[in-house]
Amino acid sequence: MPAQPSTADPHAGHDMPTTAPSQSDPHAGHDMSTMSPSQADPHAGHDMSTMNMGPPDVPTSADDEGRPRQPPLPPAALSGPAHAADAIWGADQMSGARDVLRRENGDVRATAVIVDRLEVGFDDGEEGWAWDVAGWTGGDINRFWWKSEGEGDFDGEAEGEVQALYSRAISPFWDVQAGVRQDFRENGEDPTHLVLGLQGLAPYWWEVDAAAFLSTEGDLTARVEAEYDQRVTQRLILQPRVEVEASASDVPELGLGSGFTHVEAGVRLRYEIAKEFAPYVGVEWSRELGDTADFTRAAGGEPEHTRFVIGLKAWF
Amino acid sequence: MMTTNLDRRSILRGAVAGGAVAGLSGLLPAWAQTGSAGLRADLPTLTGPNVDLTVGHSPFTVGGRTGHAITINGVLPAPLIRLREGQNVRLSVANGLDEDTSIHWHGLLVPFQMDGVPGVSFPGIKARETFVYEFPIRQSGTFWYHSHSNLQEAMGHYGPIVIDPAGTDPIAYDREHVLVLSDWSFMHPHEILDKLKKSPGYFNRSRTTLSGLISGEDGMSLEERRMWGQMRMDPRDIADVNGSTYTYLINGHGPQENWTGLFRPGERVRLRIINASAMSIFNVRIPGLAMTVVNADGENVRPVEIDEFQISVAETYDVVVRPMNDRAYTLVAESVDRSGMARATLAPRPDMTAEVPPLREVPTLTMRDMGMGGMAGMDHSAMGHGGMDHSGMGHGGPAAAPVDHAAMGHGGMDHDMRNPDNAPAGMAVGVGVDMISSDPANRLGERPMGLEDVPHRVLVYTDLVSLAPNKDQRPPSRALEIHLTGNMERFMWGFDGRKFSEIVEPIRFERNERVRVTLVNDTMMAHPIHLHGHFFELVTGGPAGHQPLKHTVNVAPGSKVTFDLTADAPGDWAFHCHMLMHMHAGMFNVVTVRPMDGAAS
Repeated sequence: MPAQPSTADPHAGHDMPTTAPSQSDPHAGHDMSTMSPSQADPHAGHDMSTMNMGPPDVPTSADDEGRPRQPPLPPAALSGPAHAADAIWGADQMSGARDVLRRENGDVRATAVIVDRLEVGFDDGEEGWAWDVAGWTGGDINRFWWKSEGEGDFDGEAEGEVQALYSRAISPFWDVQAGVRQDFRENGEDPTHLVLGLQGLAPYWWEVDAAAFLSTEGDLTARVEAEYDQRVTQRLILQPRVEVEASASDVPELGLGSGFTHVEAGVRLRYEIAKEFAPYVGVEWSRELGDTADFTRAAGGEPEHTRFVIGLKAWF
Repeated sequence: MMTTNLDRRSILRGAVAGGAVAGLSGLLPAWAQTGSAGLRADLPTLTGPNVDLTVGHSPFTVGGRTGHAITINGVLPAPLIRLREGQNVRLSVANGLDEDTSIHWHGLLVPFQMDGVPGVSFPGIKARETFVYEFPIRQSGTFWYHSHSNLQEAMGHYGPIVIDPAGTDPIAYDREHVLVLSDWSFMHPHEILDKLKKSPGYFNRSRTTLSGLISGEDGMSLEERRMWGQMRMDPRDIADVNGSTYTYLINGHGPQENWTGLFRPGERVRLRIINASAMSIFNVRIPGLAMTVVNADGENVRPVEIDEFQISVAETYDVVVRPMNDRAYTLVAESVDRSGMARATLAPRPDMTAEVPPLREVPTLTMRDMGMGGMAGMDHSAMGHGGMDHSGMGHGGPAAAPVDHAAMGHGGMDHDMRNPDNAPAGMAVGVGVDMISSDPANRLGERPMGLEDVPHRVLVYTDLVSLAPNKDQRPPSRALEIHLTGNMERFMWGFDGRKFSEIVEPIRFERNERVRVTLVNDTMMAHPIHLHGHFFELVTGGPAGHQPLKHTVNVAPGSKVTFDLTADAPGDWAFHCHMLMHMHAGMFNVVTVRPMDGAAS
């Protein structure tokens, strides 16, 4: 054990009462101290005058479960002006200053742009690129979110989607999001969807974005994405990522069969040159499932792909 | 005597010509210049019944880089204001900024309308306007002053106050130095807050990693790691903003500039140490020199000799050291997360240095920091690294058996970590509350974070004993529990689950009421809680009638602190966490003391 601080006590030699302050408390009946200091003190019986016996353990709600009410205020505490400074500086002056005070103590607004994936993929000689970007603006509870993801080739063809969402925090780690999604497809089928989603942080630091989409044609689909940052070092981060899509019904014009339609699993290794700027390399496997895979085969496509990716994760 | 701006500048120029470090000293008051012989009457200190202060923009250079500072009278730290107990002072504050400003006299007992908090005590000082503060000086000791507007304090708007006692000073010393500790960033404080809102771990470069797990450097087992991950909490979240952006300053000097204070061997040197940081808690030591703590937050305490102490944001400690040898000593103020240090030298002559110890190992949070400390007792030697002492989890007595935390990790944990039953009925348990301490321990008798195992004497709060008897020794007539709450992931902070911006009910006291207030920290971060206009008595269990008086108390993660308060200052007062970003994110409230006139019934 390290040495204890020595106290040069001017009252050394005096006798110190062994009662804690709480024991002279009028709330003694409320069990203000579940531990009398002398019980915990291995030096009980010694001269206590230069020694502190430890702070009294004043009970709190945690010792009295069931959301106890606080003792009532003395009525005089509620008397007098609502704002003492108004009487001195004038209510007009103070009211403006109070508005600023409120804003400056909790009402923090921010705007973020997040480039989660901006990457080039290589798959058996076929090259393409993909994006997954998003952004938000707002306070702690209410935010506007936009999200866009998609992919293209280097011949100028691309398809993807844009979402515009109202987001509301409903618990410490989760936001509910609702809004619209507009698709842009090569085949000219550009459905619009209503979106209802849940985004947040699951136990073990998995970032999850789950959403259901109801198209103007009445088709119901869903998508769940999850990713996790495994720090190898402070700057080198391995990120596994999975994505699963499903459809409630067959949607031939979109090439979807009912049930699980698509699964994607990837791992990306990024290096944070700055926290906001991290290039990465990775590999991603994807596969279409069930009837969706059949639709793809019928259209002359491959239902399964393994791509090597090089990209950038950034935010500001 | 009042020193005008002009006089002061010409004296400064004289000091430069006299051989102080040119280039740097232009922005430093003489007492803060390196090679300072200490506080003397002939140094350009602002004193007397009238003091003029001008808030403005200045460039500030440290580590060879120049940034933008908000300063008072063009210097960082701001000028030392030296007053005497019993005098009246008129402080004219001219605002040279394009935005509102203010000065709060931290620790001074003043009429509420002179306390300097815009929106609480007064409307603030508009751009290009001058405000005159006027009040009697009712106390003595070491204090400080700083802006209470926006985030100006984080940009250099702070300075020291020394008040000499009306009578004889019970503290004997031959020489004194003021040491203002602070944290300087070239990143604008609003940008710092913006980063924290988007990425709360942004500044942390000491997080647990896979390589740290494999090499054992993280000092955590896979099981512990799994448990922290399950809770979505970071065991290395010690300081939100740290040495990855901060240069830690002593009297405006970075570690390289090495502020030096002089002494003659054998002298008793009083160091008045003020933590004027925005976000940084320091562990302070002078290897080779014992320190005798004689004053805390401006109030004299019974002398206690120690080798290291922790100073939280906004606290002050006066220590007396007696270097006997003709050698230099390094004063180290290490950031609590060991991401950097402030450094100064005490030496018989300028240009002498002593060895600068390396930064120590990064501390890791434990179960006690999650409010599961309970009655685990004073033996925290096992707690430092992965000690998972759960005794007391059952809210029972000290003999509660250790709980199998593997079993807790599954299912039960989520509930226990945020059980509303552990909070009073008035607390809002919503998005802004990611944890409620299930068994908060009173840790006033424990060594502060990171100092559990150091092989020398460390100050703990229970060592502090007021030198003078407490003025009001009535037993408290009421108990009040206030929870310090937060959501680390969203960087939300508040009291009782609410941010101040949510239009909260003030904390109300009756005038002259004596209340026993217990602060329960429902977060895994330390919060230096400051009450304006009052000193409260920490309930330490020490000698009766000598409870130490504080204006700011550091509430350790997951712990509780109890203080007795005599609400004897009528008016409205700010009550807040002095971590500037925590305050700005909502951990603020107003305390009202009523009725305004006449004695309480």
